[in-house]
Amino acid sequence: MRLYAAVAAGGFRRYATYRVATAAGVFTNTVFGFILAYTYMALWDERPGLGGYDMSEALTYVWIGQALLATCGLMGGGFEDELMERIKTGDIAVDLYRPADLQAWWLSVALGRSAFQLLGRGVVPMAVGALAFDLALPGHPSTWAAFLLSVALGVVVSFAVWFLVALSAFWLMDGAGAVQVAWLAGTFFSGMLLPLTVFPGALGEVARLLPWASLLQVPADVFLEKRTGWALLEAYAFQAGWAVVLLAAGRALQAVATRRVVVQGG
Amino acid sequence: MAEPVAGVRAYGLIAAMWVRSTMTYRFSFAMTLLSNFTATGFDFVVILLMFGQVDGLGGFSFAEVAFLYGTTGTAFGLADLVLGQVQRLGRRVRDGTLDTLLVRPVPVLAQVAADRFALRRVGRVIQGLIVLVWSLVLLDVEWTPLKAALVPVMVIGGWLIFSAVMVMGAAFQFWAQDGSEVANAFTYGGNTLLQYPPVIFAQDLVRGVVYVVPLAFVNWVPALYVLGREAPAGLPGWAAFASPLVAAVFWVVAGLAWRVGMRSYRSTGS
Repeated sequence: MRLYAAVAAGGFRRYATYRVATAAGVFTNTVFGFILAYTYMALWDERPGLGGYDMSEALTYVWIGQALLATCGLMGGGFEDELMERIKTGDIAVDLYRPADLQAWWLSVALGRSAFQLLGRGVVPMAVGALAFDLALPGHPSTWAAFLLSVALGVVVSFAVWFLVALSAFWLMDGAGAVQVAWLAGTFFSGMLLPLTVFPGALGEVARLLPWASLLQVPADVFLEKRTGWALLEAYAFQAGWAVVLLAAGRALQAVATRRVVVQGG
Repeated sequence: MAEPVAGVRAYGLIAAMWVRSTMTYRFSFAMTLLSNFTATGFDFVVILLMFGQVDGLGGFSFAEVAFLYGTTGTAFGLADLVLGQVQRLGRRVRDGTLDTLLVRPVPVLAQVAADRFALRRVGRVIQGLIVLVWSLVLLDVEWTPLKAALVPVMVIGGWLIFSAVMVMGAAFQFWAQDGSEVANAFTYGGNTLLQYPPVIFAQDLVRGVVYVVPLAFVNWVPALYVLGREAPAGLPGWAAFASPLVAAVFWVVAGLAWRVGMRSYRSTGS
């Protein structure tokens, strides 16, 4: 356990090192937050109450999305490129020899990274959004804690998806295609572009059941106090369920891959 | 005057080399082209989903928003295809491979821009063009020869403006090697902004995009003229034809920024 805590701390420190990249990311998230906020205002102006949100809730949704974009790895978990490169070059053989579990190791890295991204890239855009627009901030202090737990579960689900994507490199060698598909799904089905509650009919129903809903839609609903009491527990169960299923799938795939792995090189 | 000509020639040669190399793996190319096409289509799907709920955004019909989307999408796609790779400059500065480019007898900008030339980015151009043509079919506009001529001028002017912004973003990375995301705020962010009618944004933001960083000349200013609407932020009517002029100013600034960046470059050494 101490080993994984150290790995997570390393993941946190590693991303904290790139201060310029963090500042640039915050700037971009904030600019996009403003653009999206105005398009949402135009939409909710025409259709108040769309998707069960009022205007200030819709605007809050925009800024939560910008705050969680990096944290929940909507457009990339931040580790899959490195892991795939190690699989491609054969360095993965060294990793498999280590007295540490491959999946748990990379999960620790991802958790450390996300903790930094939440503080480094999440807080500032959210604060700017709250200053510039009338946001629906939680009424109960306990909602903040409930939100953080939901985000943590979202981070685990996101990791589990990107881990599966990275392992595809064992078979595909070049995983660029798999990464692109995962990226497309992550952007669309997380609710990053438009809340999943606004998606029409069957598309909306399916989208709300897919794992990507755990990354943004569910944490946002917890923040907006749409999920309280039993509904909150249901939300956690949904996220935890996907986390368990996808982590188990990653574990199974890892077992198959390590049995048949042929290390590249002479 | 010899340098730009040599630059364009070198760019063509390097880009052709990368195209040949890409075409070795035809299936892989087809897949990445398709996913590029789909990925860029998502923000249009959002607009379709929005218009599934409402009849107009800020008083603009679907055809009018699609026209804005098509013009900026095509212009940005062309810029991204030709110069999108310059955003990798920061990486080259960091790992020291920029030095290799400096010793070759070819303008550095041409080498950086043509490096790993990605033909799959043509997917964005095709997607933008499809929406543009669709909007032209749907639009209910009193076409005049002037308005018709303004559409291609708008796309080419927008292409040049976005290209200049990309070069400025690359020049910025001489100082901030990890700062490539700042350029994204203006390129990708600008493209997203210009897909929607200016009336829905705060007027201070619109004034900023008209007078401070004049991205509005990519499509807003000329497109509103074509659509028979008032120019944004109190601009006079003739401003609709000023896009090529604005593009020229952008390129002068971009060229200066690039030169200053190159002069201040210090190799990381080894």
